Amino acid sequence: MATITMDTLEKTYPGAAEPAVKGISLDIADGELIVLVGPSGCGKSTLLRMVAGLETITSGTLRIGERVVNRLEPADRDIAMVFQNYALYPHMTVYNNLAYGLKNRRFPKAEIERRVQEAARILEIDAFLGRKPRQLSGGQRQRVAMGRAIVREPAAFLFDEPLSNLDAKLRVQMRVEIRRLQRRLRTTSLYVTHDQLEALTLADRLVVLNAGQVEQIGTPSVVYDRPETLFVATFIGSPSMNLVPTDFVRSHANGHMPPLSDRADIIGIRPDSLLLAEPPEPATPLPATLELFEPAGDVSHLYLRLETLPEPLTARVQGRPSLEEGAPLTLWVRHGEFHPFEKETGRRVE
Amino acid sequence: MQTKRSTFPAGWLPYALVAPQLVITLIFFIWPAGQALVQSVQRQDPFGFRTTFVGLDNFSRLFADPLYMNALSVTFVFAVGTTLLSMSVALLFAVMVNKLIRSRDGYTTLLVWPYAVAPAIAGVLWWFIFNPTIGILPYILDMLGYDWNHRTSSTDAMILVIIAAAWKQISYNFIFFLAGLQSVPHSLIEAAAIDGASPMKRFWTIVFPLLSPITFFLMVINIVYAMFDTFGIIHATTQGGPAQATNILVFKVYMDGFIGQNIGYAAAQSVVLMAIVIVLTVIQFRYIERKVQY
Repeated sequence: MATITMDTLEKTYPGAAEPAVKGISLDIADGELIVLVGPSGCGKSTLLRMVAGLETITSGTLRIGERVVNRLEPADRDIAMVFQNYALYPHMTVYNNLAYGLKNRRFPKAEIERRVQEAARILEIDAFLGRKPRQLSGGQRQRVAMGRAIVREPAAFLFDEPLSNLDAKLRVQMRVEIRRLQRRLRTTSLYVTHDQLEALTLADRLVVLNAGQVEQIGTPSVVYDRPETLFVATFIGSPSMNLVPTDFVRSHANGHMPPLSDRADIIGIRPDSLLLAEPPEPATPLPATLELFEPAGDVSHLYLRLETLPEPLTARVQGRPSLEEGAPLTLWVRHGEFHPFEKETGRRVE
Repeated sequence: MQTKRSTFPAGWLPYALVAPQLVITLIFFIWPAGQALVQSVQRQDPFGFRTTFVGLDNFSRLFADPLYMNALSVTFVFAVGTTLLSMSVALLFAVMVNKLIRSRDGYTTLLVWPYAVAPAIAGVLWWFIFNPTIGILPYILDMLGYDWNHRTSSTDAMILVIIAAAWKQISYNFIFFLAGLQSVPHSLIEAAAIDGASPMKRFWTIVFPLLSPITFFLMVINIVYAMFDTFGIIHATTQGGPAQATNILVFKVYMDGFIGQNIGYAAAQSVVLMAIVIVLTVIQFRYIERKVQY
């Protein structure tokens, strides 16, 4: 149980022109689950490994609890990590995999036995304690990897894309289990993923990273509902947000425009904010042509061509409306669902 | 699983293609081996005029011969010593080179070179270095107060041939160990570091067990090497002496057969060697093919 405090953490690899992590500050409360999310190469894994002690910290201060841990060995930081490839010791049984960290810390035998059995029971791997990792399925290995983290009862869990090697169905299931486990143990956790859905569903708070910098920190709903930058707007949410020049919207709005800042030259519209019928609330119309209709089960994706715009817009609507490809139609966007951005700075402007 | 197999009309071609290999095997391996088997039950007079069949007499004399028993134990000490020395030094080098990043390829290249040196040349090199009269090492050892003389001390002689034989084999073992170390996933080491294992403990509890298939393979290879491929080294350095102290089995075959002209007796010895090779090969195929399980 501990807080993690990062103060302008920076990492420059030897020989690299630019830092991989550029001055990141973040306060993680005790028991909080923070998800670091971003595209590959954004520095999220590097940051996690800096917290773990597997990468040196170029500058800045890192505290776990009250202790400054910058120069401590990974073993002395009181953290446990779940690796992307699980990193289970292939020559040891599941029991020994779980017990290894405790043995190294010279726990008494009875205590090791108790903790391993307890962890195995929580993760429902009791039946496999005598097996070697290669005799387990992907999901079971994942559980063992988590078991190895929880037997230690560390101050913090670090997860490095732990679900990316699982198939889609198992991933959803394990995601739920990680969340449940974290709620139950209330251990401070730092979780790295490039999957924005995983990020939104797991996080107490989300840290969106891009090119070594923080784009936005906030609860999943805040990050989704009020993206602070163009990067966050397009990265979070699937299908990703449509970006339309303000001038284009204004020229078709017939005066139905919400009040916007002068600097707002781009408007972001989520695919589910594009409506096929005029809503009761104040809304702005957009004329479009249906280019492609894509049914996706309970929802449908519409790819819409807007006169002079080079890129088509994506809309997501409930059910399967009977529309004809190539037919003109009018889309409506509620004024409350405009996301105004300034192109030059890439920031949200109200 | 069903695999697609191309079939060709059977004619003379497949036999012609296999023939060169068969001819070489027959002439250089099967025939001499057969000769050895035949000769091992015969005895020739010193001038080669008369050959008599003596049954297993050569073998019974062999195992009653204290010199042969000595050669067996010398070979055992030599093979174990060479294997341990070459494998431990190679593992140490591999671990150290594996820690390097930029200079790794350079060191690897240099460490492999000794393998290209012919055994006899290596033997001569060691003969010079260890020469009690003109060698540099006895000179240094003398300053340290140790009187090195492998011509009179059987211990010194054994140390010399073990070092000379192991030296060359280090390169070979090094390459295998380095490849093995590089295939140990880095995340395992990191996980062990987080699990509180010191670098030494990480090596002995994680890395070394994962290298065990390679270690076992090299062990067999090195024993075979020490027992059968070190004739040149012995010949160039100690010639089996002093007082039979380094007279290993293969060298004894040569001494008894070509120098002593006791063909039947030497043939019996080579049949014993053949049996040892067969046993080692069986061990290798039986266990290495299945790999050391982890």
